[in-house]
Amino acid sequence: MNDIRRKFLKSAAGLGGIAAAIGTGLLMPQRAFAAYLEDAFHATDVSAALIGAEGSDQHTPSDQIKLKAPDIAENGAVVPVTVSSTLPNVESISIIATENPSPLAASFQLSAMSEAYVSTRIKMGKTSNVIAVVKSDGKLYSATQEVKVTIGGCGG
Amino acid sequence: MIKIITAAALAVLVALPVTVFSSPERDLSEFRSYYENRFPDTPFADFQNGVYSIDAASREQWEEIEEFAPYELNISKGEELFNKPFANGKTYASCFENGGIGIRQNYPYFDTESGEVKTLELEINECRKANGEKPLKWKKGPIADISSYMAYTSRGNTFNIVIPDDPRAQAAYERGKKHFYTKRGQMNMACADCHYFYSGNMIRADLLSPALGHLTHFPVYRSKWGGLGTTHRRYGGCNAQVRAKPYKAQSAEYRALEYFHTYMSNGLEVNGPGARK
Amino acid sequence: MASTIKIRAKSKSGTTTVKALFSHPMETGNRKDKKTGDKIPAHHITEITAEYNGSVVFTAQMGPAVSKNPYLSFKFKGGSSGEKIKITWVDNKGKGDSLEATIK
Repeated sequence: MNDIRRKFLKSAAGLGGIAAAIGTGLLMPQRAFAAYLEDAFHATDVSAALIGAEGSDQHTPSDQIKLKAPDIAENGAVVPVTVSSTLPNVESISIIATENPSPLAASFQLSAMSEAYVSTRIKMGKTSNVIAVVKSDGKLYSATQEVKVTIGGCGG
Repeated sequence: MIKIITAAALAVLVALPVTVFSSPERDLSEFRSYYENRFPDTPFADFQNGVYSIDAASREQWEEIEEFAPYELNISKGEELFNKPFANGKTYASCFENGGIGIRQNYPYFDTESGEVKTLELEINECRKANGEKPLKWKKGPIADISSYMAYTSRGNTFNIVIPDDPRAQAAYERGKKHFYTKRGQMNMACADCHYFYSGNMIRADLLSPALGHLTHFPVYRSKWGGLGTTHRRYGGCNAQVRAKPYKAQSAEYRALEYFHTYMSNGLEVNGPGARK
Repeated sequence: MASTIKIRAKSKSGTTTVKALFSHPMETGNRKDKKTGDKIPAHHITEITAEYNGSVVFTAQMGPAVSKNPYLSFKFKGGSSGEKIKITWVDNKGKGDSLEATIK
């Protein structure tokens, strides 16, 4: 749980709800954006990374998430990963590479205007599962794909 | 079949210049045929895309990267550097044909005046020297950025390297050709071993690119380097990879190699800067 | 100075697709300096925000595992040709940059 959410819940409970929350400026037209997920990015295991980034490590596989990543990465330093989803009310997407020293590669916070789509390029130290975790209506869903990272033959 | 060659005839054969038995034109024709037969499904023009012309899986990743390739940052930097005046007020445009725009396909060329093979990077630094500026390092950094901008302005132009009927030019071509086919290093491998004879095969997890079309996309942003590098940077790396002592960037040896190597891609288009693993 | 950000934003059928490229070393903090043997300190973008019409439409948080010279693409409903989008990045050293681009 991060500070903003904690403050919001405290004030809402203490001062009687939404009106007070608006007054404190914590309930904004879009979703409140979290402070930098320091702990999540430093976490060395997938569970801690997900709890830090998305509030929980429980996620349900969903075929409404499309994860595009190569089967064999041409170079582990630049692995293109694209996540898109038809799930409703997606507020965040996180990308995990399970065998990386710190599994959380990136976490994206969407606004009410966003489409559930993100594309980036990540580093992978070795063959690993890439997990795209999507938060939809407050619950976590995922799609997983193994990406092989090989050692080249040309000396590196 | 002549089974007996007299000593005299042999002496005559040995004394004849190499050009009687091979010529750059004939070499080029054979080179092209070899790859066209080896990769029959690849249209000639597509050889400019290296391994991506012969492997669908890596092509897909490359195309994703090409959507917004990291070298775009280098092109912007290169353009800025190219247009920035020297201390004396002149710019790079004053040193090059057509102001330096759309000329990548002319390099390298044999300069009859100096008797040297001139590469683009060589002329970039010659331009700096002529205008009182310090030379740039050869393998990466600003020279690669400038080269990438100049290549970018030349995209789509066709390479047509000329080997003039000048014994010095022919010698440079032959020197380059010799480098390509000579085994070297602890691994005792020639460029040709990987990129000609075994092109399209796997070496551990790498797919060997055909030498046809090799240089059209330089300078190159390599994922491995995390940045842009010049042709001679790559040459040094390749020599080192077979545990051979690399030559210096812009040495006569590498310029000769680049001359031969680029000539072999005549007829293909400039598509630099490129993105590779 | 060439910007550290390159943006391509295109609007089609009511959806704007934004592609951005950032110039940044994205050092993980695990690499060693070849000469000294010391670890090169972590130096990477931590956050990227995209603003349209005065509000933040998308935020990316990154760790060092995002590739050097990061690439990011996202989409949002709305936006039309001629309008502006602003993208800002900040890194773990507190440095950053911002660029405004026109949607095509």
